[in-house]
Amino acid sequence: MEWKVLADTLFGLGHGIVAEGDFLHGTVTFDGQPITVLGTTGHAAIGVKLALTQARVVLDTLARHPGRTLLLLIDTQGQQLRRRDELLGINRAMAHLGMAIDLARRQQHKVLGLVYDQALSGGFITSGLIADACDALPEAEIRVMRIPAMARVTKLPEALLTSLSESNPVFAPGVANYVAMGGIRALWRDDLPAALRDALANATRDDQRALAGAARGGRRLAAAVAQRVLDAP
Amino acid sequence: MNSAALQAPPVRISYAECAARERIQHLVDPASFHEWLPPSERLTSPHLAQLGVPSSFDDGVVIGRARLDGHTVFVAAQEGGFMGGGVGEVHGAKLVGLLQRAQRDRPEAVLLLAESGGVRLHEANAGLIAVSEVMRALLDTRAAGIPVLVLIGGVNGCFGGMGIVARCADQVIMSDTGRLAMSGPEVIEASHGVDEFDARDKALVWRTTGGKHRWLTGDCDALVEDDVQAFRDAALARLAGRRPVTLTLLEAEHALLARRLALSPESDWPGDGSEPVSLWLALGVSEAQQVPELDVVQVCALRPV
Repeated sequence: MEWKVLADTLFGLGHGIVAEGDFLHGTVTFDGQPITVLGTTGHAAIGVKLALTQARVVLDTLARHPGRTLLLLIDTQGQQLRRRDELLGINRAMAHLGMAIDLARRQQHKVLGLVYDQALSGGFITSGLIADACDALPEAEIRVMRIPAMARVTKLPEALLTSLSESNPVFAPGVANYVAMGGIRALWRDDLPAALRDALANATRDDQRALAGAARGGRRLAAAVAQRVLDAP
Repeated sequence: MNSAALQAPPVRISYAECAARERIQHLVDPASFHEWLPPSERLTSPHLAQLGVPSSFDDGVVIGRARLDGHTVFVAAQEGGFMGGGVGEVHGAKLVGLLQRAQRDRPEAVLLLAESGGVRLHEANAGLIAVSEVMRALLDTRAAGIPVLVLIGGVNGCFGGMGIVARCADQVIMSDTGRLAMSGPEVIEASHGVDEFDARDKALVWRTTGGKHRWLTGDCDALVEDDVQAFRDAALARLAGRRPVTLTLLEAEHALLARRLALSPESDWPGDGSEPVSLWLALGVSEAQQVPELDVVQVCALRPV
């Protein structure tokens, strides 16, 4: 979904979210409460600069508006694949963004992620995946890597990966698989403001994803293995 | 001749050449390591079998408790020899379990011997969620007041999501042959061509991702030789190196990263491989041109305050 349509639907016309290049930000009012919105559009590649730009919004919200809810709008092709970003420590900039969001959570800010278009690994792991909860629109896609690149790295046949991506939740890009694995809390259907209201009411601060993955049958081992470590003599 | 002189000099053991279990054995006090979910429990990945890919009875990560000069520590070591240390569902859950147990049992520190390409692509979505769970569990551990130290010196380096996880830790210790980054040079070359990043240019790869570069920029807290004893000494020295995550700490981090970004503007990027030396010079490193030829002790002395 186009971010403007999403913003108009959730917050009404004149919502206050603006795009500066691929970067989205603004303060909106929802059910009478202010929410800081930040994120990306245009399938943005997240480099050092875009990671820092987003972190700045989170740190400013922490400093000036204690407790204010943060909503992360996610549309990314993943991390920027450039030598310059690697030289400048893109992993450290990503960690910084993730730690800013994590600190907000620990200081009682609610943090929600919403994948409204597409999400790929590096751009997603320090945004939606580190929020209290991450939701998605039903037509959104989440993947780790495109199949041709995955075939090259794993040395598995592209045809095998393509066929797995149609049936196997571990490989398929559809968000329903991420729901089954616990990585996505819920999908927002039909009444989007009602879905946001539900997310604000029901997102928990504890990491429930492994338990959800087991309960929903999409990721059966993660929670049990962690528990075995806790119980090991 | 005194007795010390009669003893054989200590044999230097290459950290890079050790497998995960050997690394732990040489790093911690003798016979102090107690492994949880050892290979005898035959805990394997459920996802590899369906691809016809061999699995491993520890899923490529060794976890347990040990002593370091008498101090109780929890240890995890990723096995670079199995799927490049890639994080799958079980591998990630073992790390999460160890970090959760650290919050409960409160060892003096957690040592993470990271060697990984990041998400294990054979487990794609499950691996991605697993890495994010490791990140959350690490930050929970840190918030509980238990320092987490990451050691990087394996031949596969520390990349992808694990490169992010490493920078979430209290302390990072690297050897000069270690590498820490996000996307590997091969991935960047495949995406943007050999002119962007020539993955076969090892000198350029090291100037961009290697231990010396990470030390000079402050991305690691200690730079050591490729020697398990040197890693042990550095870990011991930083065992109490807690860095509570506060707004003040993150504002300082932000200022450091923003300054670095400004020192290497996109508009002034020659693309000829000279950029690392230019960045070191801009950061105030003397003898920046000589860095690739200098040894660890010499490079350690060069980091600007």
